[in-house]
Formats: sequence, structure tokens, C-alpha cells
Amino acid sequence: MTPPLLSVSHLSKSYQGVKAVTDVSFSLTRGELMALIGPNGAGKSTCFNMLNGQIKPDAGSAVLDGVKTSGLSPARIFRLGVGRTFQIAEVYLSMTVRENVQVAILSHAGHLSGWTGFFGRLDRKFRREAEELIGLIGLGDQADRACRELPYGDVKRLELAIALAGDPKLLLMDEPAAGMAPRERIELMKLTARIVEERQIGVLFTEHDMDIVFEHASRILVLNRGTIIAEGAPEAIRANPDVQAVYLGSGLLYANRSEG
Amino acid sequence: MDLYLLQFLTGLSNAASLFLVASGLSLIFGVTRIVNFAHGAFYMLGAYLAYSLTTRWESAFGFWAALLVSAAIVAACGALLEILLLRRIYRAPELLQLLATFGVTLVVEDGVRLIWGPEDLVGPRAPGLSGAVQILGRPFPAYDLVLIALGPAILGLLWLLLHRSRWGILVRAATQDRDMVSALGVNQKWLFTGVFALGVFLAAFGGGLQIPRDAVTHFMDLSVITEVFVVVVIGGLGSIGGAFLAAIVVSELNAFGILVFPGISLVLMFVVMAVVLVLRPWGFFGKPLPASRAGYAARTTWRPLGPRSRATAGILILSAILLPLVLGNYGLGVASEVLIAVIFATSLQFMMSVGGLDSFGHAASLGLGAYGAALSVQWFGAPMELAVLIGPVVAAAISLVSGWFCVRLSNIYFAMLTLAFAQIFWSIAYQWVDVTGGDNGIVGVWPSEWASGPKAFYWLTLVVAVLSVGCIRYLTFAPFGHALRALRDSPQRAAATGIPRRTVQHTAFVVSAFFAGLAGSLLAFQKGSIFPEVLGIPMSIDGLVMVLLGGFGTVSGGIVGAIVYKTASIWLMSNTDLSRMILGGLIILLVVAFPEGIVGTLGRILGTRKQRLQILPQTLSQPAAKMGDAP
Repeated sequence: MTPPLLSVSHLSKSYQGVKAVTDVSFSLTRGELMALIGPNGAGKSTCFNMLNGQIKPDAGSAVLDGVKTSGLSPARIFRLGVGRTFQIAEVYLSMTVRENVQVAILSHAGHLSGWTGFFGRLDRKFRREAEELIGLIGLGDQADRACRELPYGDVKRLELAIALAGDPKLLLMDEPAAGMAPRERIELMKLTARIVEERQIGVLFTEHDMDIVFEHASRILVLNRGTIIAEGAPEAIRANPDVQAVYLGSGLLYANRSEG
Repeated sequence: MDLYLLQFLTGLSNAASLFLVASGLSLIFGVTRIVNFAHGAFYMLGAYLAYSLTTRWESAFGFWAALLVSAAIVAACGALLEILLLRRIYRAPELLQLLATFGVTLVVEDGVRLIWGPEDLVGPRAPGLSGAVQILGRPFPAYDLVLIALGPAILGLLWLLLHRSRWGILVRAATQDRDMVSALGVNQKWLFTGVFALGVFLAAFGGGLQIPRDAVTHFMDLSVITEVFVVVVIGGLGSIGGAFLAAIVVSELNAFGILVFPGISLVLMFVVMAVVLVLRPWGFFGKPLPASRAGYAARTTWRPLGPRSRATAGILILSAILLPLVLGNYGLGVASEVLIAVIFATSLQFMMSVGGLDSFGHAASLGLGAYGAALSVQWFGAPMELAVLIGPVVAAAISLVSGWFCVRLSNIYFAMLTLAFAQIFWSIAYQWVDVTGGDNGIVGVWPSEWASGPKAFYWLTLVVAVLSVGCIRYLTFAPFGHALRALRDSPQRAAATGIPRRTVQHTAFVVSAFFAGLAGSLLAFQKGSIFPEVLGIPMSIDGLVMVLLGGFGTVSGGIVGAIVYKTASIWLMSNTDLSRMILGGLIILLVVAFPEGIVGTLGRILGTRKQRLQILPQTLSQPAAKMGDAP
């Protein structure tokens, strides 16, 4: 069996005595598209922010490809091969689509903040590589457009291209479909699935839209009140009564009730 | 021993008035999120009015009534200001608010000079309290004892007001969540006006309390405002208790600083502030501020110059080269000064527009460069060619240290710490008379033989200006400039893409200081002398106004701003006595009516073809929509 890409063990975090995440352990292998679901306040964002380095865990560890990442800064974790997208897309609004990707590529190559960052014009560097990525996410004809002018769905896709520019092993996507039209959501998730397949990377994503989750995730992790209450394939999760009780309640339970 | 005790008591009595002003500022900030630069002006106004009234009402009752009445009058003026000006800029970026209230300060300064004249005024002693009390066998002013008691008394009254009255509870609620309070049906507008009036009342009362102790001058606004900034930053913006504690700390530092380190007493307070900010970035009792996203810069997409713009720039440079054909010696002197201002403004624009780092103390770099050059001439006999290079290197080297502290903070705290550093350097230049000549400055800094003619010196500054602006533009579009912009546009995205924030911003701080220092060293040679004013707050404000006039959020608006502003201000200085009032009015007008500056406004009017210099429909009177919050 191949060793896992990411193994998380006993990760915990509390805010002024309130336990946000308690003893979370799981692992993720290459080629997996794993969903992290749970009701509001379950600890999904805290988990994400710990994996990405924005929050330091109180206890536990995350190991990526044999390297311990927990406790490192977001910048270090990015260099170790973790890309991420945000719930509300974060891109550089004063730049063009291509420049947004170029910044990420240059940062990955280490040419942004060192001495080499002082020389040459950014828009002439790694142009081809940036355009490839932009083509991949389907914005090929928009490379020169100002980022601010893009519709939100395209901004979310651009964010994916930025996250991929660091050639990540692991991609963290925080509600990738939030704020998108239904058709765009499906396209974005299909695209993500294709990238996972082609590049053999791992993806961990959170999502409130259960159609997206059950349609695209290969494995699902259910979080409630900071602890994992279930883990498994979509079918198993769908049938799990605990999960139905705490989370899918709003839809499934009602249906069950009216049947019974 | 008893000397120290008396000094301690003096410190406590100084703290009273400082606490009043600081608590007013903190209260206003807590609710309206405006750092009211004009607070010093209200303090001064309170003192002047109290002077006029106390000299008329001479009884003991009259004295205290005069203080209260004058504070009430000033508070009414404050309320008027809030209604007419501040309501228009509550949603504007912090820097614009700071600038607008500074504009008010300038107007008040000239107004006070018009009404009360330029001389220092000595007010009456407080009736019945003019004597001294014996403490440990030494005399101590009775009035100071009253002040010592007054500080805690007013703290207690404020506490009662904020915790036991309906109005106070609303104020505290608004401090925590303004939007929720207005959603609950509270009329925010009048709540804000009320808080502002109360804050101004406290400042004016603090000013009035000082008249039996100190002369009333029209410099007291700037000196008190810097101390008050230090107090509220140490205590935590928005915290009254913090202001009380910090006022005592700062006053005692001043009181003992004079005994222990007479030469550098002014520096002490700022050093303590810098240390507190690094250890506790939000002061003793402050809370982290939500990151402000009311940015001006993210509204435009910047591109390097196209062929047409390059040709235009070439023509402009060519005509600048030919300028000596049409200008006389005086004109060329002005033109050199304008070019130096261009370098200064461009370096500040780099930091603010590209880096999103709003420096309120950019004069620090200018002055360090100027003093670096002048001192190397005076003490080491360096020739001009060398001194002009030593200046910027000194500025960059010292900024390496001050920048390390500054980039640890953000937003308004960054602005205030840069201001504090500028004041530190100002106090050193002012107090270290043996080296810097203090108030008398350094004179006899003349250019080398070949550059001493007005034409030659003009061409020299032109070459340096063109090179500097070119370098800064080059850096803006280099990967480094993009890293800086990335951090400004989206700190989260930048962090998740491996951009080290502090390193990049620190580098930008130093680069910007280098060019400002270059401007400073040229300035020293252009003037032939250098005085501490080059490090002062008004100089920093000059830089900000130039950038604002040209346009925040543009790449090179500072150039246009510097040319227009410097020419106009030199003309104003020589043609009117009310230059400050006019300048203040100009600043207020700019902030309210043209926040995008000349280049920004022109760009919007012309709808600049390829540049896509679009200004979002989000004008200042509307809530700043969170970028990317769509759809």
C-alpha cells in the first residue's frame, strides 16, 4: 500500500477554552478527492486553517509526504506543496488574470522576494507557464483582462489556477462552489476531479452543497463539534444514521418522517 | 528622595490634562473609528477661549465656570464639524480621515492667530489656588494637587457615564458593533455626534486646565497631539482605562526623563511606545482592529507605460531639460525644489500606493537623508558628490531598524508608529545640540563648484529625479513590486502563495527611505542649510498631500501632485499670511470632493482607453463594499 500523502493525527485547537477541534485524525492519499463536511461551527475552517498554517494547533500534527507541516508558517507550507483556495475568493484585484498566476509561479520559483525579484518585468516572466494554467481552467482568452472585471465564477476558477501554480501535492479548497451558479459548480468540480486524476494530487475540500459532495467526493469526513463522527465512501456516509441525525437532518430526516 | 517624590507628583499632575485629551480621542476612535488629528486643535482652542473668559470672570467661581463654558463652546464647534465634515468621510480610508482632520488643525491654527494674535498669552492663576503647599519641606503648587485629584475623578465620572447611563451603554455597544446598534434602531448619526462632542469637550477642558500652568501658544496643538497619540497607542486605542494608565506612564517618563537623561528626554516616550507596540501590538488594553478593506488602490489595474505614454514622458523630460532657457535664477531655484519634492512624493507613493503602507512619518527618511548629508559635510568635510550618496544610505540604514518595528503593525498603528519614529528623529535633531546644532541647524552646506550655479544644480536634480522615478517605476513592475502589491491586495492569498509579508514590506520600507533620503540630501545642498523642521510632522503631511493631490492608487500620481502642490505652496508662502488656512481648506476639499486626486479624477473623466482606470461606483459616502464579496 502506498504511504498516505497527508496524515493528520490528534489535531486539536481551542479558543479561550472553547474546543473548536478535538483530536482529529485522518489520512489522505494521492488521487483522492476528499470532502470535509459538518454543520456550521463544526470546526471545518479551523481544520483548514491549521493545515494551511494560518492557525497553530494546540496539539497533534500534520505530516505531508514525510515532512511535518503543523506549526509552520503559511509561506513555508506553500513551499512544501500545499495550495489553497478561500471561501470568499482571494485574488489580487489590481492585477490581470495572467499576472495573478505569474505572481504565484514566481513565488514558487523563489524569484519574488529575493534579489532576483528586483530585476525584470514580471509580466514577461513565466508567461507560457502562466498561460498553460489559465488555459487549463478555461480562461485562455481572458489572460489580459483585469481581474476586477471578471465574473465571480471566473474569479473562483482563477483562484484554482493560482493554487495550482505552486505545483502542489495537496490542494485545500474551502467551499469551492460557494457563490457560483449551478452549472459553474458542476464544471468547477469536474475540472478539479480531472486535475486530481491527471496530476495525482490530493484534494481536501469543504462544502455545504450536498449534491456536490456526494457527486464528486471519493471519500467523506464528517465533523461535528470538533470531532470526526464518520468517515467513508459517499454511500456509507449517506446511510450512516449518526450523520443523518446531526447533519443531514434538515433534508433526509424530514423525508424519513413523512414516510414513517 | 523628596526631590523624586515631588517630581513624581508633578508627573501625576501633568497626567491629568493629558488623560483628558487622550480619553476624548480614544472615546471618539472607539465609536467612530476616526483618529481625530484635530484633537490637538480643540485642546488649543479650549485653552485660548478659557484664557479670554478667565481674564474677564475673575472670581473663583468664574474661573471654573469659564473653563466649563469654554469647553462647552468648543464642544459645540466640534459637533458642527462632525455634522459638516466627518459624516462625509466615515467610510473613507483611515489615511484620508487623518488628513482631513489635520486640515482642520491647520485652519484652526491660522484662525487662532487671526483672533488672538501670534504672541504667547499668559493666563491668570486659579483664584484661591495660586499658592504652594509644603510637602516634605518643599513647596508644591496647590493647583497641581487639584489636578492630581481631578484625573481619577474624571475617570470615575466617565466610568459612571459609560456604565450607568442609557446613552453610555449605547456608546459601549456601538464601540463593539456599530452595525448591530444601528440595526436595533438607534440613531447612529446623533450618537456619533454626541460622542464626538463629548470627546472634544474633554480635550478643550484639558486645554483650559493648563492655562494657570503654561503659556497659551499656537504650537500647543501639535505638541499635545503627538503626546496624546503616544498615550492612546500605549494604552490601546478605544480604551479609557488604558488612556488613564498610559497618560500617567508618559507623564512620569517625561518628568523623570528630564532628571535622568536631560539630553534625550523627548526620545524616551517614543522609545517606550515602540517597545510597547512590539510587545503588545494593540497597547495595554486595546483590541485588534478588523483589517480595513476600504482600500483605494485595488480599484485600478496598473500597466507599464505603452509606446504613446513613453513618448509623452520623453517630451516632458525634454522640456524639463530646456527649462533653464525660459526661467530665471529664482525660477530655477523653485524648479529644483519642485524636483526634490517629486522624488520625495514618488518614494512615499511607492510605499503607500504599491505597498499599502500608509506612512505618517515619511519626513523621517527625508530628514535623515538631509542630516546624513549635512553632517558628513560638517564633520568629515565630505565633498558634495559623496555626501549626496551618504544621505540616502544613512536614511536606508536607520530605516532598516525602524522599519523592523513598523512592519510588525498594520493600518492605523503602522501610521502612528511611523509618526512616532519621525518624532524620535526630530527630537534627536532638536535636542542633541552638540552634533546637530539643535534649533540653529547646520549651515554652510554648499554644492561643489561645478554644481553651484542655479542651472547646473537644476540639471543635477533633474537627472537624479528622472533616475529615481525611473527606478521606482521599474521596481513597481518588477516581481518585487508585484509581491508588494499582492500583500496589499490580499494578505491571505499572498500568505497562502508563500510571499513573506514582513521581509517584502521591510524591504519596501528601506527602498522608499533610500529615495526619500536622496531627496533630503539634495534638499540640504539646495537650501545650503538644514533645520529640525525637515523632520517635522508638517513635512510628512506635505508628502501625504502631494500623493493625495496626485492620486492614491495611481502609479505616479505623486509626480503631478508634487509639481502642483510645491509650486502652489511656494507661491502661497510668498503671497499670503494665511497659507496654513488655505492649505488646510485645500486638504479638506480634496478629501471630500476629489479623493482620487488629479490623476485619478482625470483618468475617470477621460475614461482612459486602455488603462482601464476605472473607479468603482463605490464613492466615499456609500458603505465600502467588501471586494470580492460578490455575487
